[in-house]
Amino acid sequence: MAAELVLFVILAVVAVATAVAVVVSKNPVYAVLFLVINFFALAMFYIVLAAQFIAFLQILIYAGAIMVLFLFVVMMLNLTGAIENVQDRLPLQRRAAVVLALVLIVEAGVIATTGAFRQAAVPAPVGGNFGTSGPIGAKLFSDYLLPFELTSVLLLIAMVGSVVLTRRRTD
Amino acid sequence: MLPASYYVALSAVLFTIGVVGVLIRRNPLIMFMSIELMLNAANLAFVTFARYQRSLDGHVFVFIVMTVAAAEVAVGLGIIVAIFRQRGDINIDDLNLMKW
Amino acid sequence: METEALLSGEMREYAIYFVVKLILTILVFTLWMLMVPFLIWAERKVVADIQIRLGPNRVGPYGVLQPIADAIKLVFKEDITPALADRWIYTLAPAMLMVPAFLALAVIPIGGAIHIGPRSFAIQIMGFYKGPGLYVPELDAGILLVLALSSLGVYGIVLSGWSSANKYSLLGGMRSSAQMISYELPLGVALVGALLLAGTLRLDGLVQAQAARGIWFIIPQFLGFVVFLLSGTAEVNRAPFDLPEAEQELIGGYHTEYSSFRFAMFYMAEYINMVTISAVAVTFFIGGYRLFANGFAWIQPIWFALKLVAVLYFLMWVRGTFPRVRFDQLMRMGWKASLPIALFNLLITAVALTFFPRSNTLVLSIASPVLAVVGFFALSYVIAERLARLTRERPRRATERCGAEVR
Repeated sequence: MAAELVLFVILAVVAVATAVAVVVSKNPVYAVLFLVINFFALAMFYIVLAAQFIAFLQILIYAGAIMVLFLFVVMMLNLTGAIENVQDRLPLQRRAAVVLALVLIVEAGVIATTGAFRQAAVPAPVGGNFGTSGPIGAKLFSDYLLPFELTSVLLLIAMVGSVVLTRRRTD
Repeated sequence: MLPASYYVALSAVLFTIGVVGVLIRRNPLIMFMSIELMLNAANLAFVTFARYQRSLDGHVFVFIVMTVAAAEVAVGLGIIVAIFRQRGDINIDDLNLMKW
Repeated sequence: METEALLSGEMREYAIYFVVKLILTILVFTLWMLMVPFLIWAERKVVADIQIRLGPNRVGPYGVLQPIADAIKLVFKEDITPALADRWIYTLAPAMLMVPAFLALAVIPIGGAIHIGPRSFAIQIMGFYKGPGLYVPELDAGILLVLALSSLGVYGIVLSGWSSANKYSLLGGMRSSAQMISYELPLGVALVGALLLAGTLRLDGLVQAQAARGIWFIIPQFLGFVVFLLSGTAEVNRAPFDLPEAEQELIGGYHTEYSSFRFAMFYMAEYINMVTISAVAVTFFIGGYRLFANGFAWIQPIWFALKLVAVLYFLMWVRGTFPRVRFDQLMRMGWKASLPIALFNLLITAVALTFFPRSNTLVLSIASPVLAVVGFFALSYVIAERLARLTRERPRRATERCGAEVR
């Protein structure tokens, strides 16, 4: 119990710190790298929560493919920091956003720790192959077959769309 | 095991940080990354509840959310690159051609 | 209460598990690390042999101390950081390439189960451990870890190219990472055929499945093996696919501005990547560490090393034989050739397994790869012929319609 609390605190601090760093950093490449560290922290959370297949998928897809794509586009666009020094459209927009975000955090924290979410009892341990590829695959191909097939169509649409969007007109 | 509220509260905090990122940054790439942060916070909540209800439906949801996020990132970055090629500089406040 | 349980019962088992795994990790990791100097020497000797010259033969008998001489030279060079380089990323990029390369070796099984009294464990850093009161299963998604770590290697390359503040480095980095992410797909899909035959993602499970089916998967999955080796070579920027780090084209590519120990890290990372790809090929297609039965646990690492050296020799042979592939040809081969072949192999395997799910039918082992190879070439011939006929007919029809001769 104590070991898990220590692990949770360390990982939570890393996750929140890197998330704040993503939002705050002026250099987009640093922001991409901080987000990758955040995804690693989340992958470790998934392993603690007995979701090892999802943890590896997180590293494979998010940290390994999506963020590489982000990195390419960041390097290609090579924007300077001057883009941020513009006036707010609404007065005090950014300060108001931060204050309201703090209000949201407090509110969400209160909801999460009281009432129906509060579970004092330790949940029952899960079976040996909970969260491994076999049972998830079985569920994907039986109960969730239609969403699975639809995501394949969605990926095809995304591929065709991104190729069409970035094609150079050679006429 | 820790109570579920710890993980759900962390998920809420990460989600809020993502919302703040979308609101206060003007660089569309950083805004996009904040959206990814929000999606991941939701994934964490899904996995937490899958563990505490001992049901794999949460994992299947996370699988599909990751797929949708990948598709969205591909198309979204394609749009950003296309706009950048046309205009030379991207600032979210200037992309208001469809505003009435 | 924890201190009460500390040296009795479960806690004691945890301590023994920790000690066993620590010793195993140190031993296995040392074995893998010893492959690197051996490979450096072997590569130069093998390539020299193909090019009808002697390799290194001055430093030590037959030049075996050459890697040590190289290492000493690299360590004593001056460590330069370019003035305009992004300091943090420039320093971290080689580590971002090396760490995933080394981590991927943690899941590769080099031996079967060792039984010492009531305890048994596998010769695999993340293998299973079974003791009285403690059972730690093997990592269930072993191959996913290897694929995920090879995806992470792209960061090291593209960031080292970008942070060097050098146009050629940036070009080399972008090209290399484009090549790596293009060949990740055929790499994964080529493995899925073997995974279907095995029914598990665990690397140890693959070795056992090859034993259960009674055949090395290179025979039913020959097309997959070819695509895997091709994509693996392109993935680790080796052999005929090493354009991004070629001296003639891009000076040094992404590692131009790195000197001394950081260059040594790139060098080591490339060899370790090559070893990982070969080890995965051996485990998936050539039977892994298994000798004849599940015993002989002390000889199995040697048998595995022999198979590994055979695959590595093949990779070095390819390096000395083929000329470098041009970058657009490389990308075209990745997307238009390797990926369709891998998908076709997967299709044939899945269809064959649906109708013949039993383990050792002749159909599965012999007919399906023959069908896959023959069918693929037949299909591509038919399609190419149709396309050629279409393009041949079009200009003729236009001039006939106009009726006039084109001057």
